[in-house]
Amino acid sequence: MMQRVLVLLLLLPGLCAGQGTVDVGSKRFTESYILGEIVAQTVRHAGEAAAVHHQGMGNTGIVFAALKSGSIAVYPEYTGTIAFELLRRPTAANIDELNRELAPHGLAVAVPLGFSNTYGLAMREERAAALGVTSIADLTAHPDLKLGLSQEFLNRKDGWPALRQAYRLPFTAPRGLDHGLAYEALAAQQIDVIDVYSTDAKLDKYRLRVLADDRGFFPAYDAVLLYRRELPARFPRSWAALQALEGRISTRQMIALNAQVELSGVPFAEAAGRFLAEAHGQRGEAASGQRPFLGMLFGADFWRLTGEHLLLVFASLALSAAVGVPLGVWAERSPRTGYWILAAVGVLQTIPSLALLAFLITLMGTIGTAPALVALFLYALLPIVRNTLSGLADIGASLRESAQALGLSSWARLWEVELPLASRSILAGIKTSAVINVGTATVAAFIGAGGYGERIVAGLAVHDNAMLLAGAIPAALLALLIQWVFDALDRWAIPGGLQRRDG
Amino acid sequence: MITLENVSKAYGQHVALASTTLAFAARRTTALIGPSGCGKSTLLRLIVGLIRPNSGRVLVDGEALGRDNLNRVRHRIGYVIQDGGLFPHLTAGQNVMLLARHLQRPAEWISSRVRQLVDLMRMPAGLLERFPGDLSGGQRQRVSLMRALMLDPPILLMDEPFGALDPITRFELQEELKRIFAELHKTVVLVTHDMNEAAHFGDSIVLLREGRVVQAGTLEDLLRRPAEDYVRDFVRAQRTTLPPEAQ
Repeated sequence: MMQRVLVLLLLLPGLCAGQGTVDVGSKRFTESYILGEIVAQTVRHAGEAAAVHHQGMGNTGIVFAALKSGSIAVYPEYTGTIAFELLRRPTAANIDELNRELAPHGLAVAVPLGFSNTYGLAMREERAAALGVTSIADLTAHPDLKLGLSQEFLNRKDGWPALRQAYRLPFTAPRGLDHGLAYEALAAQQIDVIDVYSTDAKLDKYRLRVLADDRGFFPAYDAVLLYRRELPARFPRSWAALQALEGRISTRQMIALNAQVELSGVPFAEAAGRFLAEAHGQRGEAASGQRPFLGMLFGADFWRLTGEHLLLVFASLALSAAVGVPLGVWAERSPRTGYWILAAVGVLQTIPSLALLAFLITLMGTIGTAPALVALFLYALLPIVRNTLSGLADIGASLRESAQALGLSSWARLWEVELPLASRSILAGIKTSAVINVGTATVAAFIGAGGYGERIVAGLAVHDNAMLLAGAIPAALLALLIQWVFDALDRWAIPGGLQRRDG
Repeated sequence: MITLENVSKAYGQHVALASTTLAFAARRTTALIGPSGCGKSTLLRLIVGLIRPNSGRVLVDGEALGRDNLNRVRHRIGYVIQDGGLFPHLTAGQNVMLLARHLQRPAEWISSRVRQLVDLMRMPAGLLERFPGDLSGGQRQRVSLMRALMLDPPILLMDEPFGALDPITRFELQEELKRIFAELHKTVVLVTHDMNEAAHFGDSIVLLREGRVVQAGTLEDLLRRPAEDYVRDFVRAQRTTLPPEAQ
């Protein structure tokens, strides 16, 4: 009997989630967005489960934390990143080795998609053809070629110095220049060879040839799916559909997909849909072309994003006021404790938002609204605590003593006299926090909490300025609106005798 | 009746009040007088418990001031300070009623008591609706006195209540207060640095200097039987410079 109950209990979560959802993550750059979307659409098409794409989540650390906590079940990653960044190995590893080391975390990798996104050297197609250069080794025969390399590549230990040694390249002092400018310089034929990421969208635009790394110098950054081990068992049909993606995306196709989004402004969901339609006749999603800016601004997601943003700002603000005002009172009553309270909320303010979010995800074991609310709550504390403290401290001694001498209880003194007298300062603190929160809340999109930040993050990731502005402008307007609302609230909430008298 | 038994107060090295034993007669007005920093305000603040003595004890109607009875004793004391100490966020009326409302006195009781006080103070109608910032200095002091008298306390402590007023307003309010004190028969302790004011109000006068009581007695005692040369000097220094016919 006991055993049966136990088995039932063990099965229960699985059963409840049976009709469930596959949460797909992606990182903040074009390729990851597209791949995440390809994964999500493939799952949806399999018809077994819904798929939610948590787009453009912060950085590797945040997506990985989300995967470990189970907030997402799968996301596209690169073998090199898994080996060096996530497992902190000194050397690269193949999929079997990675799986051995990931198993203790309940994670696994599979489904190599068919391309690698690694460092490479590239030349203009015509020039390379004219010189007969196809591989890095071929460069040794042309010591007169001019190299223009990014500072990062020039200075990384595993970059240029090691590459030069490995291939015994004859070039001595390559020029260091900005990665963005390198393409222009190459097109203008000022330089001949640059370093690139092997799936860079601009490779197509500038008609570049990536030279073969015939000695295997650059570690493989093969695109794979990093997933939770229970995923295949929970959603076998979805998993089978994902497995069918193995080897389906060539380097050339990935470059073309990146170029569609970055250079032609195709929405990434549509680029992914088109790819799947061509790859296996699957019907694509989101078939709209480039939208005009107003259409984008008031797109279908406008009210959802507004609602999410308002929820983030005001729920965290209410919490901050509920905690911050008492903390300010406490700090004023006992200066020694007050010193530590102010130090603590001050230090919170200095933690970079992404770091705080990553930490909260690990701590709370979830992504999305909850950790975002906690982060915003913590950031909003300082202005409220400090203004409560200074508002109370500014009350004159004679008023304080009048309240005492009347024989009011300390609670009544606080409630009837001190807090009303400090109300202007306290409200100013809450207003400051609200306006700051509107800005900070855009960062919450990094961990899938939604809000206007979703457009900003997506716009940044896919180099779409219109998309970015469609998120930044409403956020700025909301900040102004909140400022007005609070100014109006001042007149209502601040006692008549304390209102500013003009003239 | 207010009694101080060997009460002393020091701030670090500075002795604000040397060990003092003193009794204030019930239903009489006592003027505490002396130069600035003589300890007269300190004495008043000790009685209302705003500061605690370093030694000795303060008794109000035989009850020693302590932590547990402090607010109860304060309800038997009205306290008025130089600038009125009115709360700027409350109207004059709300200031007057604040304590009674806090103590949950019935609304009818509160409104009838306010009416009594308005009559007593001869307060113009509509004044109680205003915020302290919209009142004149003299009006503020009247409202402050109303607030102090709201619970009809037997004791009234006033710390330089006319200090911030212009001469005409001061004169009017002094006359007014003299009448009110005579009507109410309260135990009044009035702090002032003005000998004329002390003489005007005080059934008895306590002269302080550097935290020490120099002499306590009637005006007559101070003039005819000065305890020290200082008493004579102090009285003489306050003599008016106007010719007798102008007084």
